[in-house]
Amino acid sequence: MLSIKNLNKIYHTEEGDEVVALSDINLYVADKEFVCFIGPSGCGKTTLLRIIAGLEKPDSGTLTVNKEPITGPGPDRGMVFQEYSLFPWRTVLKNITFSLELKKIPKSEREKIAREFLELVGLLEFADSYPHELSGGMKQRVAIARAMVNDPDVLLMDEPFGAVDAQTRNRLQHELLNIWERKKKTVLFITHSVDEAVFLADKVVVFTARPGRVKEVINVDLPRPRERTSFEANAVREHLLASLGAEIQAAID
Amino acid sequence: MGQFLDMRKRTLEITSVASAIIIWEIIARIINKKYILPSFTDVGAAFLKLVSGGELYRDIITSLNFFVIGMGVAIAVGIPLGVMMGWFKTIDKAIDPIIEMIRPIPPLAWIPFAILWFGLTKYAAGFVIFVGAVFPILVNTYTGFRNTPKVLVESGMVLGCIKNRDLIFRIALPAALPAIATGVRVGMGVGWMCVVAAEMFGVSTYGIGWKIWHWNDLHHMDLVLTYMLVLGFIALVIDRLFRYIVQEWWLKWQTGIVV
Repeated sequence: MLSIKNLNKIYHTEEGDEVVALSDINLYVADKEFVCFIGPSGCGKTTLLRIIAGLEKPDSGTLTVNKEPITGPGPDRGMVFQEYSLFPWRTVLKNITFSLELKKIPKSEREKIAREFLELVGLLEFADSYPHELSGGMKQRVAIARAMVNDPDVLLMDEPFGAVDAQTRNRLQHELLNIWERKKKTVLFITHSVDEAVFLADKVVVFTARPGRVKEVINVDLPRPRERTSFEANAVREHLLASLGAEIQAAID
Repeated sequence: MGQFLDMRKRTLEITSVASAIIIWEIIARIINKKYILPSFTDVGAAFLKLVSGGELYRDIITSLNFFVIGMGVAIAVGIPLGVMMGWFKTIDKAIDPIIEMIRPIPPLAWIPFAILWFGLTKYAAGFVIFVGAVFPILVNTYTGFRNTPKVLVESGMVLGCIKNRDLIFRIALPAALPAIATGVRVGMGVGWMCVVAAEMFGVSTYGIGWKIWHWNDLHHMDLVLTYMLVLGFIALVIDRLFRYIVQEWWLKWQTGIVV
């Protein structure tokens, strides 16, 4: 459903130098697949996600969602950012209704839909709170609900749980999997955590250090719900760590 | 405990103001020349006379009228212009040099042209106030727009908010509201200061600023001082009222003190 062919992205610095951010990326993501991107910092995985979101343009290559080429942001792709991105002047409920307002859906109906999604992320009682009244983990759950309410085919997530503490993070991972299983979306999820990738993904895409290339794609064929510490999970984790370790070393060198 | 501290704070404030008044009264009595330093009691008597005669009321209304004209136009011009310059780079580049040339000119320097263009009318006074108020509003609106967090704009875009018009009204403008509120507040402060100068050239025989000059010419320094204090007091009331309105209704979503 998501197909990327021969994609390149080059940045031009002010001095006129060229920095290759992404080089010859080829990737196919099936419908309703949960895919994690992992790689050393600065390998271009965020850039790739932003290109898929339509927020940046590639220099060459083709990019399609459901065979439709990507030319800009669209309702078929939702995104959850690493930074807290809720509109601080809107209540939790009004944050979620934002995209429905743009679609001119009547008020009573859009609030009904928004409440459904708030319930999905377990924050119904915070409907009338403002974002500054929520914890970091709660903000990201609202951001997920806000992206989901638009009913996108693909959910793009750029290290959404990077800023929350470890325990909250585990809980958010569980919740995300619940939502994913109930709503059956394709998810592209950037992470720095091997544990997170092994727990969440059907498929882990490992990126090389800059210039970012796809180093390998690892299928995680573990039954769900997963045991974080099972023997099989550890085997995948070790494989990933070894693959990633070489790249992190390369990034440092 | 908290209440006790609060009481003590209040007590301190009251004591402080009372001491200042007493010192003022003592010095004025030592000097004993009303035309150099009128005493507190002189000013109090003058104030009561002005209030009972209804004159003060009319002066305040006149000054507020000029102020509202100037502020109204300053807001109507400053905010849209700041929005356009903050959002569209080309407009910014085209207009910014002109603004930077006009901005440093003190509002009072515009008085000759104010009279020339508007005659001795309330609009001439309003114009001087406008010149004083418009730049803080413009610059703060512009800065607020420029500082719209990128992630909020991009969040809007991925949620289907693509057109400039939608991005401006649904994202950048609300994000910039605290900065705009600050701009209006600073603009009101400068604008009110301009009231004295704007009334100086005689657009009306009423008005707080005009009366300061009028009573100065007649060496009624107790009345001059009374009008000065009224001028300050009204500025304080306007500022507090604005802050209250902004914080209660406009920016309830904000934490902490914005303006």
